[in-house]
Order: sequence, then structure tokens, then C-alpha cells
Amino acid sequence: MKLLVTFSRKKGSKPIIAQAVRDTGVLINVERAIIDSSEGEALIDVPDDQCELVRNTMINLGAHVHTLEHGISVNESECIDCGACISICPREVFSLDSNWKLQLAEEKCVICGKCIEACPQQALTLPL
Amino acid sequence: MHKSVFLGMHKSIDQINERIRDGTARVVTAEEMPAIVAELGEEGALKEVDVVTTGTFGAMCSSGAFLNFGHAEPPIRMERIWLNNVEAYGGLAAVDTYIGATQQSDTREEQYGGAHVLEDLVAGKSVELRASSRGTDCYPRRTITTDLLLENLNQAIMCNPRNAYQRYNAATNSTEHILHTYMGVLLPNCSNVSYSGAGVLNPLSNDPKLRLIGSGVPIFLCGAQGMVIGEGTQHSPAGGFGTLMVTGDLKKMSQDYLRAATMTGYGVTLYVGLGIPLPVLDIEVVRATAVRDQDIFVDLLDYGVPSRSRPALRKVSYADLRSGMIEINGEEVRTSSLSSFKKAREVAGELKRWVESGGMQLSLPTRLIDSKKPVKPMHESAKGPRVLDIMNRQVVSIGEDEEIRTAAKKLLKGETNHLPVINGDNVLVGIVTTFDISKAVANPGKAHLVKDIMRKKVITTTPDEAVDIAVQKLEKNNISALPVVDGGNHVIALLTAMDLGKLFGGRWLK
Repeated sequence: MKLLVTFSRKKGSKPIIAQAVRDTGVLINVERAIIDSSEGEALIDVPDDQCELVRNTMINLGAHVHTLEHGISVNESECIDCGACISICPREVFSLDSNWKLQLAEEKCVICGKCIEACPQQALTLPL
Repeated sequence: MHKSVFLGMHKSIDQINERIRDGTARVVTAEEMPAIVAELGEEGALKEVDVVTTGTFGAMCSSGAFLNFGHAEPPIRMERIWLNNVEAYGGLAAVDTYIGATQQSDTREEQYGGAHVLEDLVAGKSVELRASSRGTDCYPRRTITTDLLLENLNQAIMCNPRNAYQRYNAATNSTEHILHTYMGVLLPNCSNVSYSGAGVLNPLSNDPKLRLIGSGVPIFLCGAQGMVIGEGTQHSPAGGFGTLMVTGDLKKMSQDYLRAATMTGYGVTLYVGLGIPLPVLDIEVVRATAVRDQDIFVDLLDYGVPSRSRPALRKVSYADLRSGMIEINGEEVRTSSLSSFKKAREVAGELKRWVESGGMQLSLPTRLIDSKKPVKPMHESAKGPRVLDIMNRQVVSIGEDEEIRTAAKKLLKGETNHLPVINGDNVLVGIVTTFDISKAVANPGKAHLVKDIMRKKVITTTPDEAVDIAVQKLEKNNISALPVVDGGNHVIALLTAMDLGKLFGGRWLK
């Protein structure tokens, strides 16, 4: 399951992810992270059965944690199945099936948003 | 011997129309045709198939519609006209206008444009008309604002000057920056390829000699029955880039086949669904409609080169492009289509049903379109400013083995912020700025020589380059000077942001 973790770095920079890994023993997969001097945002992937444990540990460490049920989503009434998103996506989320219809492998999505501006029909939206 | 066989195998347009009326015509799509020809042979296919339907669904920027609003009371001769804040042409007298697809909203810019106005009208949404006039004796009214539905208009006639490109070059980007183009988002370092076109289903690719497609020929246009007017603008069949000018009744169109779109960072465009039924008259038609994706080639162009003549990296077929992956310089690169093949199939399929059900009869062109004409570039009576017109020839440079101190002195003396760095052969090898030198002085370390602190990746320009291109280099790289180099990479001048001031008040703005 994917968790979007945001944390402030103003009160010193606690190593939240490292701490959570040590405390829980869960091997957290960091899929994407943007961290600057004042705040950080990381998209992490953890096994479904340990999701609650990691989530609670991080909240106790002062982070905001958002569980992401979905990756990028396609508005079917706007999508024209062109495939402009396919070559833009770094994780091969999009593909065309044998009938040239757009297919999504949502579980691969790391919610980077690169596809959004590539869509001529503005049919793609982030889950947040 | 063969000739008599071929003559015997000719079908007339009347015979084909008779079969359409009887409901006995055999209609196939251009995608189905190659396999039929492979199975039955050319003569067998000629006997079997009466009509081949084509279809394409892609971004066709050169589109728009003539609208007639009827007269207001008191009447107005509209001179400036906006529809949902998108300006429409006001030079057609009184209550006519032409709304172009790519015109952008005054308020929402690339998020909304002429294409969106057209789609909103077709979708049954209300559109605000706002217009102004000087007022005349016969047309006293000076302003009008009213909400309109498509049904309120007397005429709404789509008329697209350049549609249905026979094929279109594929695009990639060799630069280190992301590019936003009409070919979509192009990732840096040739990391993706973008293409457009229906290949096997494309109307003109199934009639490259333009024997069947010409003025007056009935077509499918955005879900309505339309017509070919004649050759499109930029029509260039000599190079395989024919285009068509087409028309159709906007009131009968469907949102399924007409979609407004925004290419981020480029602008608004309209996706148009267009298909043409081709009567299978003779062996030549059979051969032309047997064309496959692997037979239609385009150049893969580098859109990183901001010129009319972009270099071609290789030739690719629509089969290559549609496979999802092509090779560029030994690397596998993923491809993306901007046009929808699924929709193109739907257009060809819908058109097939129209013809099969007797809903559309075919006709031959009342006037043929030139099939050999090339397109000319713009005649420019005056060249725009080039780098050599404004560059600073008093360039001070420094050797790579000089001390940083020397560079600092040179910068001070030369009253410049940029020092091109040259090697023993006078070839440009780097650049140092006052910032680099200040940094080296403030943090004294191991660096003593210019080559220790210089930036080795230098963005350069040439004397012949257009100033607009050089400006783009400055902006994209967030820098304020470009060394001007000759063919041997020797520095002959410097172009700084300050030199651009020479354009103002100078002869170039006349």
C-alpha cells in the first residue's frame, strides 16, 4: 500500500523514515521524495499487512500520513485513447490494449504527475 | 491481353451507388482491406469490395466555423466579436463571424479557446456572444451581449482550411530541456517519441494520387456528413504531405468526434474525426487501399532544433511507431501517439455503417486536386535580426592555464561579467563569470587556475543565428551571455542580455 508522508523540518530534522524503519523493522520502499529546508514529502510503499503499524509510527514521530488507495485516475468521458501519456510516464503505468484502448496499471503509479500536463484532453487527475 | 481483363474489371461509380441503394454493396475499412487483397488477390478484391472507408482522429489546428447570428433589434454591424471571451473574426459584416479553433480566451488563455467554444456549442451548452460596433445609420447599435445555443444560430458551418494530413513527421528532442510543442511533451535526451496520424486508415494515404478525393466528395466530418472543398492549405502531396479543406454542418456534429484540447505550453487545438469513403473502381484503387502501416514512412525529426528544417534522425514507419518502441542511436525509446487510433477506427466503422445502410452515396470529384504540388516556404522580404547585428565584438577571453587572479583583473578591466576560456589553440573550452570568481575567492581551496573553476559546458551561438533563437537559449538556460563562435569553435564575439537593448529604438523595430 502507498502512503504519502509529509513532515515539517522546522523543528530540527528528525530522520522520520529511518526512525520508522528501525522502530517497526518494516523495509520501507521510498518511491519518490521531495525534501527541502522547511518541509518534506515522501511517497512510500509498504506491505499491506504492516501499513497500519508504519502509519501509526510515523504519525507519532510528527508526520502527516495519507493512505493512497488510488494512483492516477482517468476521466473516461474525456479520454480519447490517444496514448500521449504512455511515453511520458517513468513507470510504464499506461498502455494500449489490443483494441487500442488505454489501460492503467494503477499499482505502478508513483503519483509524480508528469502525465497530467501531457494529456491533451486534461483527462488525468491525481488522487489528492 | 491484360488490358482487356482490366477493362472488364472496371466498376462505375453508378454501379457502386446502385449497390449502396440496394443494400448489397460490400463495404470494408481501410484496415481490413490489406488482408482481403492478400487473400483474394487484386482482381478478387476488386470483384468483392465496392467501398473502402477511411478514418482519422487527431489534432487539426487549422479548423473553425462560420457562424451567422441573425439580426438584433436595433441591428448591429459587429466589428469586434467574442464568444465566451474568445475573439472571433469581425471582418465579415454585420452578423457573420469565423471562429478559429486555436484562438485563445482573453481571460483563460490556453485553458479555453475557439476549439472549446465549438465543442460547447456541439454539446448543447450556452455560449456568450459579446460584440461592439462604431454604429452606422443603418446599424445604430453599438454593443450587444447575449447567450446563445447552437440551435439559435441560422448557420454554423464548420470550414477547416487544413485537415487530414496524409502523414505527419514523428518528433523527438535531443536537448537537455523538456519541450512543450504541438507534438506534445517531448522529454530531454530523446527519451520519448511523439507521433500523429492514422497510418493504414488515413484517407489520403489510401488515395495518394488523389484520383478519388477531390472537390465535392462526401465525407464523415465530426459525426456529420460533410464534403471536401478542395486542396487544403500547405497541401504538399509531392513530399507525401497532402492536406484537405473540408466543410460540414456543425449543427449535425457529435462531441464523440469533435474534442477541444490543450497542448500544455503550446496552446489550444481541436481534435477532428474525419473519414472518406473510397469507391473501388479499378485495380489501381485496390492497390492504393491495400497500403499498410509498414508501407507508410515518416521522418523522425529533432524538435530540439528550433528551425523550419529540423534534422531527421531516421525514417520510421507507422508500424514501427505503433509498436510502442523504436530505436534511436542504439537505444530503445518509447513512442506516444497524439491521435487516437481507436477513434480513427470508430470513424471508419461508423462511415462503413452509413454506406452499408444506404445513408451515404459516393461521388467522384467535380474538380481534381493537384497530386504533385510541393509547398513553398515563406518569402521573407527582410530578414529578422541576427546575432551578428547586435553582438559585442570587443570580446575579452582568457587562457585555461591562467591564474584566477588574472581572470579577476580581466573582468574588472573589461567591465564584463563573462570571460570565455580558450585553450592553446584559441578554441573555446569553458566560461567563467564574476560569480565563479567571487566564489573561488570567498572559499579559497585547491583551485588556482581558471580551468579549475570554469564551467566546461558552454552554451554558444553563431553570428548567423536569429536573435530570437539566441534569446530562447538565454532564457531556457537561465544565463545572461552567450559566446559567439565560428565553425572552428573560436570565440569571435559575446552576446549579452545587454546587447538585446540594441534592438529597441534601432532599425529592427521599424
